[in-house]
Amino acid sequence: MMTYLLRVLACLFICAAIPAPAHAQDQAAPVQQVLQAHGEVIIKSSRRTIGPTIDALGASGLPEAQTVLQRWQDKEMWFERETGLFVFAQEQDDGQLMLFDVSDGAEIGLADKKAYKQLKPNSGIRGLIAAALVQFQLNAPALEERLVAVNSIERDADPSHLEALRGAIENEPDAALKARKLRLERLLTIRFAQDDAERITAIESFSGDLGVDLRAALNPLVATRIDAGAEVPEGARVIEAGSEQLSREDAHAILVEKGLARPQISRDALRAALIENIEGDAVAGIRVATLDTDDARTGAYAALVEAGLADPLVSDADITEALQAVQFYEVFTGAPVSVAQAAQIALDDIETRVALSQTADLALDGLSLASIYFLAAIGLAITFGVMGVINMAHGEFIMMGAYTGYVVQLFVPDYTLSILLAIPLAFAVTFGAGVAMERLVIRWLYHRPLETLLATFGVSIALQQLAKNIFGTQARPLTAPGWLDGSWVINDIISISYIRIAIFVLALLFLGLFLFVMKRTRLGLEVRAVTQNPRMAASMGINPDKINMLTFGFGSGIAGIAGVAIGLYAKVTSEMGSDYIVQSFMTVVVGGVGNIWGTLLGATMVGFLQKGIEWMNPSNTLAAQTYMILFIILFIQFRPRGIIALKGRAAEA
Amino acid sequence: MSTLLEVSGVSVSFDGFKAINNLTFQIGEAEMRAVIGPNGAGKTTFMDIITGKTKPDSGKVIWGERSVSLLSMSESRIAQEGIGRKFQRPTVFEDQTVADNLMLALKKNRSPFAVLRFRPGREDHDKVAELAERIGLSSALQRKSGELSHGQKQWLEIGMLLAQDPRLLLVDEPAAGMTPAEREHTTELLVEAAKTRAVVVVEHDMEFVRRLNCKVTVLHEGSVLAEGSLDHVTNDDRVIEVYLGR
Amino acid sequence: MADTALPAPRRPFVARYPSVLIFIGLLAVFTVAVTVLAEGFGIGVVSTSFVKTLGKTLCLCLVALAMDLVWGYCGILSLGHMAFFGIGGYAIGMWLMYARTEIIVTESLAAAPLPPTAQEISDGIATQIFGVVGASEFPPIWTFAHSLPLQLLAVVLVPGLIALVFGWLAFRSRVTGVYLSILTQAMTLALALYLFQNDSGLRGNNGLSGLQNLPGMDDVPQATISIVFFWASALALGLGYIVCAWVVSGKFGSVIRAIRDDEARVRFLGYSVEAYKLFIFTFSAVLAAIAGALYYPQAGIINPAEIAPIASIYLAVWVAIGGRGRLYGAVIGAAFVSLLSTWFTGGQAPDVNLGFYTVQWVDWWTILLGLSFVCVTLFAPRGMGGLIDVIIERRSPDRHGADLGPEPGALQEKEADR
Repeated sequence: MMTYLLRVLACLFICAAIPAPAHAQDQAAPVQQVLQAHGEVIIKSSRRTIGPTIDALGASGLPEAQTVLQRWQDKEMWFERETGLFVFAQEQDDGQLMLFDVSDGAEIGLADKKAYKQLKPNSGIRGLIAAALVQFQLNAPALEERLVAVNSIERDADPSHLEALRGAIENEPDAALKARKLRLERLLTIRFAQDDAERITAIESFSGDLGVDLRAALNPLVATRIDAGAEVPEGARVIEAGSEQLSREDAHAILVEKGLARPQISRDALRAALIENIEGDAVAGIRVATLDTDDARTGAYAALVEAGLADPLVSDADITEALQAVQFYEVFTGAPVSVAQAAQIALDDIETRVALSQTADLALDGLSLASIYFLAAIGLAITFGVMGVINMAHGEFIMMGAYTGYVVQLFVPDYTLSILLAIPLAFAVTFGAGVAMERLVIRWLYHRPLETLLATFGVSIALQQLAKNIFGTQARPLTAPGWLDGSWVINDIISISYIRIAIFVLALLFLGLFLFVMKRTRLGLEVRAVTQNPRMAASMGINPDKINMLTFGFGSGIAGIAGVAIGLYAKVTSEMGSDYIVQSFMTVVVGGVGNIWGTLLGATMVGFLQKGIEWMNPSNTLAAQTYMILFIILFIQFRPRGIIALKGRAAEA
Repeated sequence: MSTLLEVSGVSVSFDGFKAINNLTFQIGEAEMRAVIGPNGAGKTTFMDIITGKTKPDSGKVIWGERSVSLLSMSESRIAQEGIGRKFQRPTVFEDQTVADNLMLALKKNRSPFAVLRFRPGREDHDKVAELAERIGLSSALQRKSGELSHGQKQWLEIGMLLAQDPRLLLVDEPAAGMTPAEREHTTELLVEAAKTRAVVVVEHDMEFVRRLNCKVTVLHEGSVLAEGSLDHVTNDDRVIEVYLGR
Repeated sequence: MADTALPAPRRPFVARYPSVLIFIGLLAVFTVAVTVLAEGFGIGVVSTSFVKTLGKTLCLCLVALAMDLVWGYCGILSLGHMAFFGIGGYAIGMWLMYARTEIIVTESLAAAPLPPTAQEISDGIATQIFGVVGASEFPPIWTFAHSLPLQLLAVVLVPGLIALVFGWLAFRSRVTGVYLSILTQAMTLALALYLFQNDSGLRGNNGLSGLQNLPGMDDVPQATISIVFFWASALALGLGYIVCAWVVSGKFGSVIRAIRDDEARVRFLGYSVEAYKLFIFTFSAVLAAIAGALYYPQAGIINPAEIAPIASIYLAVWVAIGGRGRLYGAVIGAAFVSLLSTWFTGGQAPDVNLGFYTVQWVDWWTILLGLSFVCVTLFAPRGMGGLIDVIIERRSPDRHGADLGPEPGALQEKEADR
């Protein structure tokens, strides 16, 4: 009692000795009033009682309340011991305080530190303050700030956010943000609500939703843990040790962890024990030199055990006994049983829907890969299918097209314009290259397909090295115009990039172009005539030399355009051609030579097959390609002439 | 005379076009038969079916005393059974000598390992020399067959057929592009061969067929139109209609 | 072999193929000359690394011989023979790597307080070998790696079996011509891609390395080892040449050349074309594998890039430049082009200064090779071997440029003569 009195006296003395600050603070400010109304509670700083105070601040509707909470949380709020008035203060180097008014943040002046006491909110209180702050942000007048708040909750939610969020939905003026808030509120309800029924309702309200955020909210709820004990608690599922779900080893490990069983002596531990007990050149009387088999070592260890120098081995029977002594069960650790079960049902439902969506997404992927193969192969389908000329340099024509696009972009900085320029230019360049090659090489080798293969291969390695000499070995970019960036998102799982859609459209255009040229133009008619009977065609005034030249140029030109398209989607390197050549040939051969629809089917099959195999083993695209090629080799066993095979005399021509 | 080959009810179509339509044909041992017909009558396809190159959509092809079906056999197996075929265009191995060509055709074990170990003995060389004698190419034995004239190649091919010692010989237009003297020789070769084995000759040239002096089968649109002696079939109204047009 | 190879009465084997005697003679002179000039046993004018290059070249000649057999004689343009070559290398490499690592591991474990168990040694080897791909256990294909005889058997059996199965599938369904070429290329690509994976069990793209160090022969200098391998390669090439010459002489050679020129006609003669092709394909695959098994211990390292389709196409290039359809042509082509290639890409060739541009052969050699290959195909289908014809003035039939044989793709007259 005496000491208490003495302290009060001392306090009074000190306060009287200090002069009043230069600028008096505004004691009548509304926020100071609110603080004063709860002064005692604030100073007492107890997590249990502080709640109503923070609520009152929040509910006061004062704009300064947010600043007060913020600085309180940052431990920048002090109170004057004498008057109990609250101020913001910053400690100075000389031990004095720089004071600021709580109502408007105006500088009051320096004061002696001893007259003031710092409020040090503990972590519990800081959490409550933070939640209240969130509410401020969620209700902030600026849309920007509200978005930031919602984003941050979505990223990293906390139980306290739930209440704050609930309070911020009603008055949300922005419809889109309100929808997001509502969704977020339900997600937080699933994760943090106290009431099980409420959580289950929230889970069920999401029926049909596939969102990643929903799955992230649900997954922790269904977490389980395998435990062992004499009795199985309620709601737990009994599992058998040694079953598929719980191997004997794992079960034993659980028991070891709980101290219910001794660990097995590992081979290394056994070895260490033996080494530890080496005396001279023997262990437990057994010579070290003989211990070069597991059996000998086990024997020596047994001798050590007998001598009491080591722990006995844990035998299989020991493990069985230990396992039988307890029951293993699985319990939900993330949520009460009823909630977990509801979450499980919802997840199962999502899983089936996700599987469906994934199939659709996979089909889209397959389709886009198929269009790429089709693009790469259509030029081959013309030169190989129509003319019977195998062109190993086809891949290099694709590469030339891609590099043409790259060079155009060096001169024309506008990406849309440069691509529009690159396509006809690539066609022109590769058309020229194709015609030159036909004139110089292929024309001398008609009817000798193997020689053509080899000669065009010579051209291929020369062109590849030439590109390497000119452009270097590193990949060159071919940038797509801005409007092709991004992707078309259907739901969280199904999406496809615009470039792929563009390639698909391009593939369709090429198919149309090919059909048009072959079926509706004079050139197509003459090509078909020369293909079927060159002598007859020649006698009817068609120049087969010219037709062959143009056909080859046409096929090569299309390869050039394909090169631009592929360059947009993959990298432009001197080796990009050889990446596609085998697949392109596969496409033509699988589809059936001499038929554009066959090429289309071939590309579809190869594309879907590759995606399908990749899906089965997503970590390993190399293996996927291996298996696809093996599959195609087998496929050719059963349909040597491809999917669409010509029969009869036409096939032998 | 027992039946060596019996083709019954055979049909085959390519992309909807019926090349052979319910064809029935038989030939006995040591018989000569000429098959004639206009272009597209199915003569070559008929030979393709017998030799296993084309598989028919329906019908049966029965061979020999044991009445085995030829349909399930490979071309090489059918050839080993004793059916030899000469193509329309002379197909000899032009890169190899006449002697090599004949040696290749000699009736011997055809398995790769037997061939690998095979070295020709004196009797094999004698056999080759004898065959060359028969086809009139004795002096050309060491020449590359690519250097031969068209008629000589035809004979070489017939010689290779004889070397196989087949029981049935299928000969497609043997006289095409030959001089009259060469035809004479060809006729002799075929008639001689038909004394010991069955010979089917597909031919356009009526004069040549007349000289073979044998039974004639007329094919039209994939089936048999008429059969009998040459005089008999050339007087048949339907045959005249087909050949001379309506 | 000696019995069955007895010459026919009128035309002895050697008389029909005088090139065999000449070739064996030249090879023997060459081998002795290199031995005398090398460091291992001779006067040391030729460096060990060049002896290795020569030894490797002999192996490449052997695989070119195999390629010629299958392409030049039987008409199958296989774009997959370097795969068999690589498999042979892998098979022997597995033993070399295992045995050497075993010695190292045993030595390091000998210092341990307890003598190591078999399991500990095996684990130690596995960790050493597969550490680079993050594994520490032997994959099943290494089951026989500890045994030299079994791995030597694998050199022959594995490529043989692969060729047998692949060939059976392909020939059975009558895949011919360019289709077959593309199919063999696809097979090679599939194999290379498979080996590139880390979990292929053969160390992914690291491949097998240190193969030049023979286990237990650390004291023997590389100069000696290089000569031993050089001799082994020369012996293999000589034997391979005799066997190939024997195979293509006589009736068997006659049949396979007939298959090359007109497959259907051979079938109607009663020969099972598929069986012959399968025999040649498998035999040449085994030959290629043996060449590979001798090549890689001299090269020291093998990785999946060696199996990539491009390697097999280069093989075809060698044979074409040398002259296919004749055995010495393949040998000349492989030796000439591969040595030239080493010279150009090794940076030894002098740069050519054109004033405005300096041609550096390291960059331009491939272009030169590609273009000269096109020229050979167009203008000299008989290859360098054709020069020998010019020297001994062999006449070919004058058929005014027509094809030989009715099939498109059959030889043209001017290229027909060997």
